Amino acid sequence: MKRQIDFSLNGHPVTAEINPSQSLLSLLRDEFELTGAKEGCGEGECGACTVLVDGLAINSCIFPAIEVSGCRVETVEGLATADGALHPLQQAFVEYGAVQCGFCTPGMVMSAKALLDGATSPDEDAIRTAIEGNLCRCTGYKQIVDAIQAAAEKMR
Amino acid sequence: MSELLYVGKRIPRSDGAKKATGRAIYINDLKRPGMLYGAILYSQHPHAIIKSIDLSRAKALPGVRAVITADDVPDIPIGFIKDNRPLKKGKVRSMRDEIAAVAAIDPDIAAEALTLIDVEYEPLPAVFTPEEALAEGAPLIHEKDAKGRPLSDNKLKLPWKLVCGDVEEGKARSKYVVEHEFRTTFVSHCCLGTSGVVAEFDPDKNLTMYSITQIPYLAQGDYLEALKALGLGRSKVRVLCQTIGGGFGSKLDTHCYEFIAILLAYATGKPVKMQFSREEEFLAQATRQPTITTISHGCDVRGRLTFRQVKMLLDNGAYTSWGATTPSVMMVPVSSLYRVPNVLYEAEIAYTNNLYSQAFRGYGNPQATFAVESSMDQLAEAAGIDPVELRLINANQPGETTPQRFKITSCGLTECIEKVRDGLGWEQHQKDKAEGLSVSSHKARGMGMASLIHVGGGARVYRSDGHGMIMKLDDFGKLSVFTGAVEIGQGTESTIRQVVAESVGLPIADVNIVAHDTDICPWDVGTHASRQAFISCNAAIQCGAELKKKLFSLAGEQMKVAPDELDMREGQIFRKGSDDEPMPLLKVLKKAHFSTQGKMVMAETFYDPPNEMLDREMKGNLSCSWAFGCHGVEVEVDTQTGQVKVLNYQAAHDVGKALNPLFIEGQIYGAAVMGTGMALTEELKLDHGHVMNGRFTDYKLLTAKDKLPVTPIIVETDDPAGPYGAKGIGEPGCVPSSPAIANAIYDAIGVRISQLPMTPERVLKAIMEHEK
Repeated sequence: MKRQIDFSLNGHPVTAEINPSQSLLSLLRDEFELTGAKEGCGEGECGACTVLVDGLAINSCIFPAIEVSGCRVETVEGLATADGALHPLQQAFVEYGAVQCGFCTPGMVMSAKALLDGATSPDEDAIRTAIEGNLCRCTGYKQIVDAIQAAAEKMR
Repeated sequence: MSELLYVGKRIPRSDGAKKATGRAIYINDLKRPGMLYGAILYSQHPHAIIKSIDLSRAKALPGVRAVITADDVPDIPIGFIKDNRPLKKGKVRSMRDEIAAVAAIDPDIAAEALTLIDVEYEPLPAVFTPEEALAEGAPLIHEKDAKGRPLSDNKLKLPWKLVCGDVEEGKARSKYVVEHEFRTTFVSHCCLGTSGVVAEFDPDKNLTMYSITQIPYLAQGDYLEALKALGLGRSKVRVLCQTIGGGFGSKLDTHCYEFIAILLAYATGKPVKMQFSREEEFLAQATRQPTITTISHGCDVRGRLTFRQVKMLLDNGAYTSWGATTPSVMMVPVSSLYRVPNVLYEAEIAYTNNLYSQAFRGYGNPQATFAVESSMDQLAEAAGIDPVELRLINANQPGETTPQRFKITSCGLTECIEKVRDGLGWEQHQKDKAEGLSVSSHKARGMGMASLIHVGGGARVYRSDGHGMIMKLDDFGKLSVFTGAVEIGQGTESTIRQVVAESVGLPIADVNIVAHDTDICPWDVGTHASRQAFISCNAAIQCGAELKKKLFSLAGEQMKVAPDELDMREGQIFRKGSDDEPMPLLKVLKKAHFSTQGKMVMAETFYDPPNEMLDREMKGNLSCSWAFGCHGVEVEVDTQTGQVKVLNYQAAHDVGKALNPLFIEGQIYGAAVMGTGMALTEELKLDHGHVMNGRFTDYKLLTAKDKLPVTPIIVETDDPAGPYGAKGIGEPGCVPSSPAIANAIYDAIGVRISQLPMTPERVLKAIMEHEK
């Protein structure tokens, strides 16, 4: 049985018909065609599907879509401005070599955004804790941490 | 030479914004009109006869468009020695054996249909180690070889052997000799993007593969073979690579699921997508080749190596992919890491009922180097020589030819070792150790290092190691570069762009890379063997020179200057050594094009490096440049828990020339973490052929919190054959991690760990056995 929910998606009010068992990731990718969030494991272990719900980074692959009713959902597609200007985090990811294959990048950027929205000067440990749930097989994480640090400075 | 504008600079990657905004399209994101979703039924037994398969319930499920088994399709032998089939007939030989496949209108229906397929098995006795497989009376895994000849045992007819000099003579000259056994295990690539493909036939039965392969042109050949079997001998194949969510060698073979997609697309007349789940990725994406290695090693009284003898026993799994060919690279460090005059290498490979293995970053080199470099430390101890000193005494030098006939041109091994030694504070540590300062209660600190040699100038493992490239200048002064290179995240496209901008003389923004399409881009053997930057950038320089020849001939006419006096920088054509007003490229192009009998400027090239295939004795200069490096670590071992913590990680690499230090550091950081994962945590556990930990909850990848403190050290040696002096760096960074850490653990607690991964359990057990 379908259920109707209303929520805010990247700043715009939206309505969706969902199955009660549907994941938020499936809603975003299949219904809204926002394919930035990726499915890397389907069980909340790799973080490639990370989006923000009311500012909190969550694994959308195991997050029931029904739970976002009335909430504010942010995805990687909502970060760059309409004229294409990158968010400071995205800019820093590119500049600091934090992107290789890029599959983990959208989730990584969103975990970092959740951190920087709440803390202006996180130290290295706080950054590493924030992205602990985001696996990356290419970079070894160092350049990602550098990028987040640089973005934090820029955003202060 | 004038100052370099692009080469050697930290220029961010050109696909970075696309990836960071979520706009890059991976296979996971791709949908084609009318597309169906495929799913595969795998075996329930590691070794069994398939008595019957009942598809009737699956076929009756609404939304199912095709259900196929081996009985519905022609015989399509696949794999290195053609002992595999996309769908298995009559018998299963491992838990990943594909038995049936479904295509349905959505993935849920496809998954449900699999549950409705009834298979009746008759289980057979099975073998799960190469020793068991080779024992007298072991159950036979394959009854016949690819040509239908009966087989009498499980031994592969791949007798890998390398003989250089005379090891017996070397032993006789040895003052010190050590011998030991080392074991490595199944490791998964764990690309964050799981495997997938879309196969689509057009009305003329030509096939398009929306693919993530690292070898589009070799894959094209494999797919054509499948089409031939389907009676489509005249059909064409186009391979369109999508953005690839990690490679690391996992996409160097064509896999069963790709052929199954073709078979389903053919059966249904619709595009069919296969997309692995993570669990499926662990089960059905072949692993790193596990090894059992016995090594003995000797040196004379002055520490000069006298011989090295290595015997390996390899678990092939049930079918043969590239894992069985990794001995060809395992030989490289065995014969040529350090100067060792007498070498004997032998490998024996046995079929088992386990998963099979394939290429994985380093192609066997990490496994072999684990044995060679652990053994070097054992030899240093036996000879009473400092491990760093033993390495420096024997370090390869420029100008030498190794016993396997590798010609070492540039070589920064000595510098790498010295920089790592200094970066670790080796000498201070020796003093601290002597004073007992390296141990405090149950925590002991130790240092270890390990070096590497790897192909750095391509690798002629096929008859061609070449790369085709086309360049085309348009009316707006922009250059399109058509390349066969595959971007798997390493930054190849961006590096080619830098080298083209530099060597042709254009602003980098005016260089556009066109890749990932076999219909448009010329042939390349594949993104493997750390070759892509070396080969494609050499191709770019060669093609750029052709392009400039044509361009300067036109510009010379217009400028009334001899073409060979001209050069270009940032799109401005000028007379070398003069202050004359330069002519903008755009002006030359427009004038040449828009006149009677006009001309446009294009160039093409095929660069094939001057390297050699190994001969029958497995000798020859496989690569025209050799990459070297050294990693050193300081660890802290908790003797109560077996926990190993890496406190300092120095990673020095002779890269010839850093075309882009940002990317090279990225390769080193990433590979060192991958190598450390292999060393400490990563193991795909098989129990009677069943995967026990095929999920990220149970298969332990390192995370950001593990905070591996890697310091990349770039050593430049200006290789004579390399583009701007560069050598390969894709794989080397994960090669020496395991032995460096094992050596540091030994230094800390005096216990040699000979089996990977060096988990707390294994370390603790070794400590307890040592104390007995």
